[in-house]
Amino acid sequence: MSAAPGTAIPARSRRFDEPWRDPAAEPFLRIEGVTKRFGGFAALDGIDLSIYRGEFFALLGGSGSGKSTLLRILAGLERPDAGRVVLDGQDMAGVPAHARPVNMMFQSYALFPHMTVAQNIAFGLRMDGVPRAAARERVAEMLALVRMEGFEARRPAALSGGQRARIALARALAKRPKLLLLDEPLSALDKNLRESMQFELQSIQERTGTTFVIVTHDQEEAMTMATRLGVMDRGTLAQVGTPGEVYELPNSRFTAEFLGTANILDGVVETTGPAGTRIGSAEFDMAILSDAPAPKPPGSRVYVALRPERLRIDRVDAAEARHGENRLAGRVRDIAYFGDFFMYHVELDGGRVLRVSQPNLRRITERPVDWDDQVVVTWDGQASLVLPE
Amino acid sequence: MTPRLRRALVLALPAAWMLLFFAAPFAIVLSIGFAEPAEGIPPYAPLLRRGEDGALQLQLNMANLQLLLEDPFYAEAALRSLRVAAVSATLCLLVGYPMALAIARAPEGWRNTLLMLVVLPFWTSFLLRVTAWIGLLQDQGWINGALLALGLIEDPLRLLYTDLAMYLGITYCYLPFMVLPLYASLSRLDPALLEAAADLGARPWRGFLAVTLPLSLPGVVAGYLLVFIPAVGEFVIPELLGGPGAQLIGRVLWTEFFQNRDWPLASALAVVLLLLLVLPIALFQSRATRDAER
Repeated sequence: MSAAPGTAIPARSRRFDEPWRDPAAEPFLRIEGVTKRFGGFAALDGIDLSIYRGEFFALLGGSGSGKSTLLRILAGLERPDAGRVVLDGQDMAGVPAHARPVNMMFQSYALFPHMTVAQNIAFGLRMDGVPRAAARERVAEMLALVRMEGFEARRPAALSGGQRARIALARALAKRPKLLLLDEPLSALDKNLRESMQFELQSIQERTGTTFVIVTHDQEEAMTMATRLGVMDRGTLAQVGTPGEVYELPNSRFTAEFLGTANILDGVVETTGPAGTRIGSAEFDMAILSDAPAPKPPGSRVYVALRPERLRIDRVDAAEARHGENRLAGRVRDIAYFGDFFMYHVELDGGRVLRVSQPNLRRITERPVDWDDQVVVTWDGQASLVLPE
Repeated sequence: MTPRLRRALVLALPAAWMLLFFAAPFAIVLSIGFAEPAEGIPPYAPLLRRGEDGALQLQLNMANLQLLLEDPFYAEAALRSLRVAAVSATLCLLVGYPMALAIARAPEGWRNTLLMLVVLPFWTSFLLRVTAWIGLLQDQGWINGALLALGLIEDPLRLLYTDLAMYLGITYCYLPFMVLPLYASLSRLDPALLEAAADLGARPWRGFLAVTLPLSLPGVVAGYLLVFIPAVGEFVIPELLGGPGAQLIGRVLWTEFFQNRDWPLASALAVVLLLLLVLPIALFQSRATRDAER
């Protein structure tokens, strides 16, 4: 599932010493063969996953991929049909939700509307029989952590969306859970607030040292916050790795297209080896070159994924048009303006459309490549990601 | 048509309804309550009469109210009725709450069917249903018959014409009025709240007490009032199923109206009863509204 040995990714996590690379490291949370069916539909199909102490792990997937079901199984709100969950050496089978050292930040926040902010945060402590004075102290500590001091007596209805998210987080952390589960915690917030909350979640996670497992469909959220992420597809884990690994070295067409944008070409492996791969394509009158060995032997059909930002675009008559191991000619059909970058839609001579993004380095009026220009798209072998069909 | 005029027209219909079917009859009953009984039809003297000097005089007779306050018979009947209503509403709550909760948590496709079953008895006559209980409860009835046949008892139990039979009847007849508002408030409850309670360490029972119960209180209050208010004046069920013992206020009203033909006293009693019920509820409502706004 993770990247093949020897394909080290330079983007190492700055915050974390990557225990998943150490075969001797003991996982904090082990998910073994977890399967869950609803009727005849397998929401989860034999999930195996190890998560380490202090990690910020993101489960990323579309709706119906099973990510929320997996989170609910970790919380004890759902029971797996097969497989087991071991947390800190303790098998969670038969441990009901209320007895697990696991707390959850719900997607709707699920704050108790009839209780004040302080009562909400203290709820778990009260259930555990924590003395009143100690609970009050812990509530104050939690409010300071999420920077919501002075809101003790408010009701949830009198809070904004961002404030509710903070209180929900404070409530989930109040009992010092071994594992904090976050179910799409920021999906209800607008973009700017979401970004600032992402940084805050990260910093709170670092300060408390709690192991976080977050479910999200927002790839940007997963990429910026997580130490590692697992891409889920129809009840299975399509790929697990650091954000850099999964983005730079996707192991399937699904991951390549789910995370970021990818142009997908198809072809047949002609030769492959440690020095690189040559892929023949009936569609283009050229071979596609890649630096990496192919996942399949010569003769197999494969996909080549190309990230738009790894492609260069130049007018045919420009000097730069001669660079690059791979070259395809075409015509600009469409330019989408995103502010910070342009996305060119280039129609190749064969009729296929490639998306090529270019950073917005100059003003629009001085754009070097314009509508209907004859262009050459070039890229290095490093940018060709060869994926099994 | 100006918006103001349109709004006035929209409000006119319910206002006319209330005036015609509540305010006017209440005013008539109130006025009879202050009249003097008289022989004839109707059996009371008009309030406005020509005095000896020929001038129009308003004569309010306070004797009815005075009698109601002085004769403990009426106060006792009223208290007894309040107690019967309170016990019945409490029984309805105890039976209805688990029912409403079960319906609210039933699979989506089942809920409407279950609600239909709750309302189904309304499709037969009220009198018929109460009479059916006689068939069940009497000495040769089905319940005694079954117990005798099983050999659990040797002589029939006295079930009919007891307080037990009366409470059974009232609880049975008024149960839907409790279940429906309870269901309405329970089905609106976000299931994630209960999951959050469990996640934070609440066992199912504590989760119910800390989350479900307090958040369903509006439904509890609505259902309780819907049962309590009509049960206070309930006349038919205690009459058909209840014992011969002390009288309830509904029975007293009936006797004063139809047997004694003392319309003024009966009207005064009706007005006092209404005020006794309306004033505390109105107070409670205004308090609840203030709380909700805060």
